[in-house]
Amino acid sequence: MNEWLDLAVALLILSNFMLVNTSRLMSCIRIVAIQAVILSVIALLSHLHALDVRLVVLVIITVALKALVLPQVLKRVTVGTGVERELSPFVGYSLSLMAGGGLLALSFLMSHFLTVPEPGLSRFFLPASLFTIFTGLFIIIARKKAVTQVMGYMAMENGIYAFGVSLAIHEPFIVEISVLLDVFVAVLIMGVAIFHISHEFDHIDTDQLSV
Amino acid sequence: MLLWSLIVIPALAGLFCLLSRSGSLSRFMLPLVSALHFILVVCCWMTYTCPSVPPEWIGLDDAGLLFLSVTSVTFLLTSFYAFGYIRREGRAQTMDMEEGFFFKNSPDAVFVGCLLFFLSTMTLVTVSLHLGLVWVAVEATTLSSTPLIYYHRHHRSLEATWKYLLICSVGIALAMLGNFFVVVAGTGIGEHGVHLSLLSLSEHADKLNPAWLKAAFVLCLVGYGTKIGFSPLHTWMPATYSEAPSMVAALLSGALKACAFLALLRIHQVMTLAGLGATSRSLFMVLGVVSLFTAAVFIVRQTDFKKMLAFSSVEHMGILALGVGVGGTGIFGSMFHMVNHSLTKTLLFLAAGNIVHSYRSRTDLDIRGLIYSLPKTAVLWIIGALAIVGVPPFGTFLSELTILKSMVHAGRFGLAAVYLFLLGVIFAAISASVFPMVFSKRTGDSCSAAASAVTPSEEPLWSVLPLWVMAAAVLVLGFYMPPFLSDIFHGIAVSLGGL
Repeated sequence: MNEWLDLAVALLILSNFMLVNTSRLMSCIRIVAIQAVILSVIALLSHLHALDVRLVVLVIITVALKALVLPQVLKRVTVGTGVERELSPFVGYSLSLMAGGGLLALSFLMSHFLTVPEPGLSRFFLPASLFTIFTGLFIIIARKKAVTQVMGYMAMENGIYAFGVSLAIHEPFIVEISVLLDVFVAVLIMGVAIFHISHEFDHIDTDQLSV
Repeated sequence: MLLWSLIVIPALAGLFCLLSRSGSLSRFMLPLVSALHFILVVCCWMTYTCPSVPPEWIGLDDAGLLFLSVTSVTFLLTSFYAFGYIRREGRAQTMDMEEGFFFKNSPDAVFVGCLLFFLSTMTLVTVSLHLGLVWVAVEATTLSSTPLIYYHRHHRSLEATWKYLLICSVGIALAMLGNFFVVVAGTGIGEHGVHLSLLSLSEHADKLNPAWLKAAFVLCLVGYGTKIGFSPLHTWMPATYSEAPSMVAALLSGALKACAFLALLRIHQVMTLAGLGATSRSLFMVLGVVSLFTAAVFIVRQTDFKKMLAFSSVEHMGILALGVGVGGTGIFGSMFHMVNHSLTKTLLFLAAGNIVHSYRSRTDLDIRGLIYSLPKTAVLWIIGALAIVGVPPFGTFLSELTILKSMVHAGRFGLAAVYLFLLGVIFAAISASVFPMVFSKRTGDSCSAAASAVTPSEEPLWSVLPLWVMAAAVLVLGFYMPPFLSDIFHGIAVSLGGL
């Protein structure tokens, strides 16, 4: 079973690189949605020996929200703003790719100092989830479009969630559900805000918000 | 039961406002619900006994009760102001004061509904004793306050809203990671590891893995610190505070910051119990000094007086952090200062709202001769400014002195010197900006057209009375501290390992 887990973790890392290197907003949305699916698979695989109803329900809700509903919302917002791609980000795409490599190295370095007390977990798991968090943060900083920044936020949330579901599984159900709900509402409000921004400014470049 | 009604009543009322879509009905709901909330909080005080074993999810301890009361009082006083404010501003087209275009405000029902949700979520922050629930509540405060900042519907406030929403959400996401780190720190203890409830964490505090716990504290410090506005993380504050309506800025500064600070105190409590108090205290001190420094740099020659108040908030959060960082009586002083700051800053923001309304400007150069045009507000503005810089008869002076004393007591003379110096700079800068606003004569030609255009305008009761209550409270706290308050400060200090 471990090799499947390693494969999923590798896919997660790959998806981050794709996210960093994609300019088309629709592709970005799709990648973030796929990431949510990969994460749910990781969560299931890493708890195969003790699978319970709670976890399955949680995973189903996650997939429904993060891989179906939220991407749909973001797609509608993107179509509404009429922007197809992020053309001139603060950090160019090839440079972003290199930065991604650097962030991956940093995540491995950091997880070197933190030992995961959970056995049976892929040892690439901690660096991979840290890498997802860093990628999200990087995208928020390096991109101009409000939609892309929301994507960065979602990637970051994905990373944190991956970490949480796989390591902190003993937390009560209600907390995890409310966390999901908070993230859901946050992205919804961001979507509404983007709608207002595009209406008010005729563009969604956050560096030019104050005209 | 009492606690549940504190959370549920404002939330239901908020929902009712959103659904009813009736502006006038919602307007009356606001003071009504906040008065009810306040009465319930008083009931909490009546029945309060410090629990020996705290409940797992929702309950009151010393810190929770104190922060709950501060939130409730601030909200109650602001709600009377808001009642009049909304009625005056309404849905009419308003001309923008800087660029001269026309804009509308958001519908009253939506605004009031979000205000009530905001109250409900802040209450939840103060009463939850579970780190996961605290996180959920703090994030919910961000979400419910976002529409409040976008009350004036124009592009500058939209920009401020976006900044607030994105920066705070990202920050809070890091705090979530911090919570997970706490869980990892407790894996392998007992049968299922520890839960995030304070009860379970304090039972097993000595067995928590120190490396993970330290990392967790740093993440939470960054996360909640964004919300509190510690210095390198304060970037959303100036824009948000100057673009949001004054009463929203007052609530963000007076109540919300206190709530986020409470979230941080909860983690600090766990760190102290785990024997890592020294680490968290030194981090608090570093952030405190950096915040004071940033505030001192930016307050000097700040021309927008609402931004000046925002940086003053950064300063005072720095002072709170320093007090907690030094420990001992510093924690006592810090809690006392939190109460004083909430009252004073709310007073100042509301007064600033009055000034902005009648002068249509936020630049302090445009505002001259307040004492002639808005005599009541001018007096309150002076009182607030004197209190915020820590001049003797006010409570802020006493609390800042207590923190200074704790530094000297702990032998940190260098820190005390830096603290005094930065406070001095801020004192000078705020006075230099506030006194000319109030006392200099109107000179029609030399300053600007805005100054000469102002004629003595009326100041309705709602815009002055709540402010007087706050001014009186800060003044009284400078002379006399009620025993119930000092008891609770003492209790908090003991629970955080001071005294």
